[in-house]
Amino acid sequence: MSSLVLTPVLVPLGTALLTAALVGQPRAQRLTALLGTGALLGCAGALLREVQRMGPVRTHLGAWPAPFGIELVADGLGAAMVLLMAIVGAVTLLFQQSCADPAPARPGLLPLFSVLLAGVGGTFVTGDLFNLYVWFEVLLLAALGLLALGGQVRQLDATLKYFVLNTLGTLLLLVGIGYLYAATGHLNFGALREAAGRGEAASWLPFLVVPLLAFLVKAGAFPLFAWLPASYHTLPGPLLALFAGLLTKVGVYAILRTLSDVFAASPRVIYECVGWLAVPTMIVGALGAAYHWDLRRILAFHVISQIGYLLLGVGLGTMAGASATVFYLGHNVLAKTNLVLIAAIVFRLGGSYDLRRCGGLYKARPLLAVMFLISALAMVGAPPLSGFWAKLMLIRETLLLERGVWAAAALTTGFLTLYSMSKIWLEAFWKERPPRDESHGSEAGHALERPEGLGCAYAAVGILAGLTVALGLFPEPVVSFLDRSAGQLGVARVHPSPGFGGAP
Amino acid sequence: MLVVACAVGVSLTAGVYLTSSRDLLRCVIGISLIGVSANLAMFAAGRSTTASAPPVVLEGARQLPVDAANPLPQALVLTAIVISFALTCFSLVLALVLQQRTGISDADALRRSEPPPCPDGKPPLEGEC
Repeated sequence: MSSLVLTPVLVPLGTALLTAALVGQPRAQRLTALLGTGALLGCAGALLREVQRMGPVRTHLGAWPAPFGIELVADGLGAAMVLLMAIVGAVTLLFQQSCADPAPARPGLLPLFSVLLAGVGGTFVTGDLFNLYVWFEVLLLAALGLLALGGQVRQLDATLKYFVLNTLGTLLLLVGIGYLYAATGHLNFGALREAAGRGEAASWLPFLVVPLLAFLVKAGAFPLFAWLPASYHTLPGPLLALFAGLLTKVGVYAILRTLSDVFAASPRVIYECVGWLAVPTMIVGALGAAYHWDLRRILAFHVISQIGYLLLGVGLGTMAGASATVFYLGHNVLAKTNLVLIAAIVFRLGGSYDLRRCGGLYKARPLLAVMFLISALAMVGAPPLSGFWAKLMLIRETLLLERGVWAAAALTTGFLTLYSMSKIWLEAFWKERPPRDESHGSEAGHALERPEGLGCAYAAVGILAGLTVALGLFPEPVVSFLDRSAGQLGVARVHPSPGFGGAP
Repeated sequence: MLVVACAVGVSLTAGVYLTSSRDLLRCVIGISLIGVSANLAMFAAGRSTTASAPPVVLEGARQLPVDAANPLPQALVLTAIVISFALTCFSLVLALVLQQRTGISDADALRRSEPPPCPDGKPPLEGEC
């Protein structure tokens, strides 16, 4: 069933069309969007099964053979990413149905949401460099639309900052792709892999750096992340969860795909650079989070610090490093999305995202406190949750390669993450509820007394917490699947090293 | 070829100059100029100079002439132009709306999404400081 590989693009695009046609009927529109993400989840699961059974699934659009036509291909890595995307999409849309800081119900919301998913899905299954650029633009446009949708001045301000830096990023990508094409004569990943393996690295290496720089902007790596903390915190809860969970990870996926798969023949210095960039990314992100008191801003900075871990995994430049990166990515998407969603519930109950105004939630909502603790400890890396295995795999490989400084930075960042998470725990959950601030308006203070309409929100948070625990208790099938998928990447031929599960 | 190279250089310089301006509209227009230079650079990657033959298989021949332009970068540039057109429209509207609603056109003064810290160095509480 090679047409399954089309579904991560076609299903969300179809949903977008239908929801756009149903603009006048909010109920039908909502139902369509929910059904659409449900269908996407089903297709993603089927795609993963197919990849597990038969190996990479590929299709050639227009029936033109590989190096000429646009190829869509899902290998283990791509299929796993598509499943993650479908989970995050479905859960955030479910959360949107609750009354915990939902995005304003503008007619454009659900179509843009679906287009964003289509853009993300497209980047995960494309086998063509220029097509990758097109999907990046699709998701950039949808993200801009979602940012500006609320229409408040601070949101428009955030959109402008997001626009300027991200557009410069995509322009770099475009130029880089043009040069790579001029240097190698190919855009197809498979053909590029062969051309890179054959030719002198010096003939394409300078041009590879340009798209890599663009991906680093998109991922929010150390000196290039300014757009992220300037814009993310203006988003409403479910959209922030979607952005924090998915968008920067698309940049990381693109880096992983280029460096660990297509251009795995790159000289070591490139991996070194990515690894050394990861160190300040981790630490600066965690330090930025330590300064802030607004839940959204703390979590936005933690997105950056987690990107650092992922870049570290890519920078290792080995097969086990790639497999650890993907495991970390999966764990991080689940835990991060959940933390943002919990922050939205905290806002609903406490009336503010600012920790100085929250408090008393442990007494009032013990179940929510447990959910938060699960995700926060997973983020920190406490056993037996998913983050423990993710960090273990990553740091073990770092130490095996004798990268002491990188491992030390990763462990330090773990402590800094613990600091931020305990800050949220102490302030929002354990502290006595601060006296009601009359000057702050009507929303704060009595939100705790009328918490109706949170069913969907709790369901969404519960699903993600359950997945985090499941991934922590039974990592074995996931790890062995990822080790096998990493074996299909280009890096496996250049730097094979046994993965955590022991597979070659 | 020299003409294309000069055009890339000029539009890139103008774009970078405008983008580094603090005026919102100039910045946005500068970005679309950088986009133009990116498109031209891409165009040049396909041997599309005035001296090259059009990418048409002549009557009786079985393949393109040796010096024919490569049609693929042209198709790619066309796609990129369409996308950058959409982005330019969006960004112009965005910059205009921001200017109208805040009365600010200086990027440094526009801190609605990131209010400056309180005098004691702590991050501001919503709507205070």
